[in-house]
Amino acid sequence: MAGLSTRHLLGIKDINRKDIELIFETADTFKSVINRPIKKVPSLRDVTIANIFFENSTRTRLSFELAERRLSADTLNFAASSSSVSKGETLVDTVNNILAMKVDMVVMRHPYAGAGVFLSKHVKAQIVNAGDGAHEHPTQALLDAFSIREKYGDVAGKKVVIVGDILHSRVALSNILCLKQLGAEVMVCGPTTLIPKYIASLGVKVEHNLIKALNWCDVANMLRIQLERQDIKYFPSLREYTMLFGLNKQILDNLDKEITIMHPGPINRGVEITSDVADSKQSIILDQVENGVAVRMAVLYLLAGQA
Amino acid sequence: MQKLTLLDGQKFQITIQRLCRQLIENHNDFSDSVVIGIQPRGIYLGRRIAAELNQILGKPVMQGDLDITFYRDDFRRRETPLVPNQTRIDFIVEGKKVILMDDVLWTGRTIRAAMDAVLAFGRPAKVELLTLVDRRYSRHLPVTADYVGIEVDSIASQKVVVSWKETDAEDRVVLLSENA
Repeated sequence: MAGLSTRHLLGIKDINRKDIELIFETADTFKSVINRPIKKVPSLRDVTIANIFFENSTRTRLSFELAERRLSADTLNFAASSSSVSKGETLVDTVNNILAMKVDMVVMRHPYAGAGVFLSKHVKAQIVNAGDGAHEHPTQALLDAFSIREKYGDVAGKKVVIVGDILHSRVALSNILCLKQLGAEVMVCGPTTLIPKYIASLGVKVEHNLIKALNWCDVANMLRIQLERQDIKYFPSLREYTMLFGLNKQILDNLDKEITIMHPGPINRGVEITSDVADSKQSIILDQVENGVAVRMAVLYLLAGQA
Repeated sequence: MQKLTLLDGQKFQITIQRLCRQLIENHNDFSDSVVIGIQPRGIYLGRRIAAELNQILGKPVMQGDLDITFYRDDFRRRETPLVPNQTRIDFIVEGKKVILMDDVLWTGRTIRAAMDAVLAFGRPAKVELLTLVDRRYSRHLPVTADYVGIEVDSIASQKVVVSWKETDAEDRVVLLSENA
């Protein structure tokens, strides 16, 4: 079987359905690997991967790091806040200095959209985008779709609503592109101010009433309000947002069907989702976290294989 | 391409039965022993041997399929990545006598990888190797089989192809040689 159609993973928009299915098939195997007594395989023992994070992240960085270690790769961790970037060094210089230490692959998070694409044109190493501003977060979208596939057997035909801050979310865009490629129906739901104007051109439905959206869907992916990326007030108060777009047990119980709840984390408990919903049987939030390691192992493995 | 049939029909069946009898000599009722076929083609041998043993012993033998993709030593030396097959081992390997099975033993690299892979499931008491065809004099690593169906002396350009009723409609071992 052929490998991925791309040398880097910069965004879902750059990969095709065959790529996604290959990643899922490989992730299935890695999921069984990480549930064995010895959770490690020697595949990437001659590969060095640098995790370069220009923006804070705990969950994604840990997930990538664990995936790399389970594949036996050597890893370097680089946080921009404690580096020469704060002294004025350029992105290309920073990365080239790291690559001079014989690094094969770079996992990068950056606050600006397109940083991964820019870097891929200027350095030799393979780039995995771990989130670029409000643009894309491909591995999160892949693990979300993988979790839906695991729950329902197939993504095609499923109705997924993405609720919350669509405007500032890199998860939303990657999710829409990934789910649409796999044949799911997608809706976005949130306050008018947090829904991008041309979102419907991506082939998604738009709804501003949470109850209507929940009644339509099989899966609700509840996004975190990205307060750190909001330069102006997009809604009057968090309390009002929670009243209109927060998901609680009472709303779930009043639906005439059982829907699946997802959240890319970290959760603002009591804001976009209440604790009893986050911890309920309908929630697959922790499955998403587990699947994240398997999917990232698959991505790194497949990319490393075509270096 | 010249084809030379090495094993087929009744001789093929007798070879499988002989291997089963040899296994029973060393593993008695298989209460502490398990049969593991190596993906992709060794699983047919593993399943066939297990089915025969079940019949002879009158009780099921623990049998699994092992994928060795992630343990191979040629990753990143190929054009495209190796896509894994399924591993199915739904029993505990720890403390068991494991009999690895592959259709053809050639360079020994697959078996080296299989030993690494099986150790990821626990620490077996013992690991043995059974192969239907042993291509002698072609080893890259010091690996030898405990149980052998037939031995073949072949050169690198020749191919040994094993067909199974389950997928290829017949049981047959063929040696393919390029025309001189």
